[in-house]
Amino acid sequence: MNEMQAPLSVRDLSVAIGGNPILRQVNLTFPRNRITCIIGPSGCGKSTLLKTLNRMHYNVEGLQVSGSVLLGTHDVIRANDQELLELRRNIGLVPQKPCPLPMSIFDNVAYGCRIHGMYRKKELPDVVEKYLTEVGLWDEVKDRLGSPAVRLSLGQQQRLCLARTLAVEPEYILADESTSALDPLSSKTVEDLFIKLKKDYSIIMVTHTLHQARRIADYAVFLYLGEVIEEGPAADLFNTPREELTRNYLTGTFS
Amino acid sequence: MKKLGKRHLGEALVRVLMLLSVLIVLLVVVSILGIILLRGIKSLTPEMIPWPALLGSLYIVIPASVIGACISVPVMFYITMYKKRSDTFPYLARLAYDVLYGTPGIVYGAFAFTLMVYVGMRASVMGGILVTVLLIIPIMIRSGDEIARNVPDEMIEAAYSLGATPWETLKVILRQILPGMTTAFLLAIGRAIGEAAAVMFTAGFSDTMAVRLSDPAATLPMAVFNWITMPDPFPDKAYAAAFVLTVLVLLLSLCGRWVSRRFTQNNL
Repeated sequence: MNEMQAPLSVRDLSVAIGGNPILRQVNLTFPRNRITCIIGPSGCGKSTLLKTLNRMHYNVEGLQVSGSVLLGTHDVIRANDQELLELRRNIGLVPQKPCPLPMSIFDNVAYGCRIHGMYRKKELPDVVEKYLTEVGLWDEVKDRLGSPAVRLSLGQQQRLCLARTLAVEPEYILADESTSALDPLSSKTVEDLFIKLKKDYSIIMVTHTLHQARRIADYAVFLYLGEVIEEGPAADLFNTPREELTRNYLTGTFS
Repeated sequence: MKKLGKRHLGEALVRVLMLLSVLIVLLVVVSILGIILLRGIKSLTPEMIPWPALLGSLYIVIPASVIGACISVPVMFYITMYKKRSDTFPYLARLAYDVLYGTPGIVYGAFAFTLMVYVGMRASVMGGILVTVLLIIPIMIRSGDEIARNVPDEMIEAAYSLGATPWETLKVILRQILPGMTTAFLLAIGRAIGEAAAVMFTAGFSDTMAVRLSDPAATLPMAVFNWITMPDPFPDKAYAAAFVLTVLVLLLSLCGRWVSRRFTQNNL
């Protein structure tokens, strides 16, 4: 999928669950090699939007989706099973709560590579080292790669999840409030990692904390009741919002 | 101050009541085990080992557990992997096996017996296996479901988001729930092996070893049931059988605990 140099974009996306509209006619383009933060009050559809980007709403009954999510020429919404696997590999997810797979630290990072048959067995140790180094975890775990990943601290687990996601070489990384379960220090570490990683990856992040969005966003999207109220470069959106609703949200008139 | 004294009194009372309840439970356990073990060990000379009943029980319970597991495991997988946010179907499924779980063994026995009469089958090992399969499935699913429900959605999502197929995702989930499932299954086997009512008319009883699937077979609980009211030396034989049965069940449940301790250490 090397032709996919075009950014991930969403066209006329509407999502409803059991007849209740969650997202209405969303049109967005997520710039490459930038951190895009999606902000908005609870229940505005942020997480649904993120989940729709890699079609992760497998267990939602009564879901209706219309419109398209395009990565290059591929539409995530209409992809068949085979294409979907490849698209999901390309659009990685870092969950809200760190969730290591029930296996060793090494196997967690190697898992995705193994299922996709990306490397030969001999190459795997180098790959694992590379991605653990990239998330700054290598020195902390290099002597216990074989021990279960759940023994790591939460902050370490979240970085492991990130390494696991990076190891399948995605173009986009979706982060669903990925620092909200972490202590301030670990949260800062993960934030810094995102800033470092945007050189090679494009990051789309849902966040509840405006401070965090202000700190790391290059591009920002404000969602309200399932609609995109305003989007644009983060500096503009945060400093000189065009819409009244955005201004009110940013000043804390409602949340 | 007066109020505080009253509260202390209440506290003390509740504590005494709790302690009393615990003591009653312990007393019951100790006396059951004590009597079975004491009388059982005394009676358990090599020639008193109830071989036909012991082997009969194993002939029935081992195949029944395997068949039961073959049916319950996919059900659990289904519940874990395809659980939907809406609760109608899982609710109905859970209601169904909760009802089955609470159904007494004798009802299973009567049901299986009716079936056997219908197809012209005699009380036999086969009949025992049939009824034990029916009995063991809801137990396995119910305890397995508890374990499967604890699989975090995030874990399923994690595997999916790496591009895993549903089958590959299932294999990941399996690693997570295997210890719990093994424990649940061992406990289910422990319960099934002690069930007398269900096998009473389906497996029958016999003093000789069952050789073919169509032979009636003795089982340990039925041996206890038959021998305990008969003249000497049968009560001693009954205690010997009860002893063997108790040891089997104890072993199964200790095994279950060991598996869950040993392996969840790595998982949790």
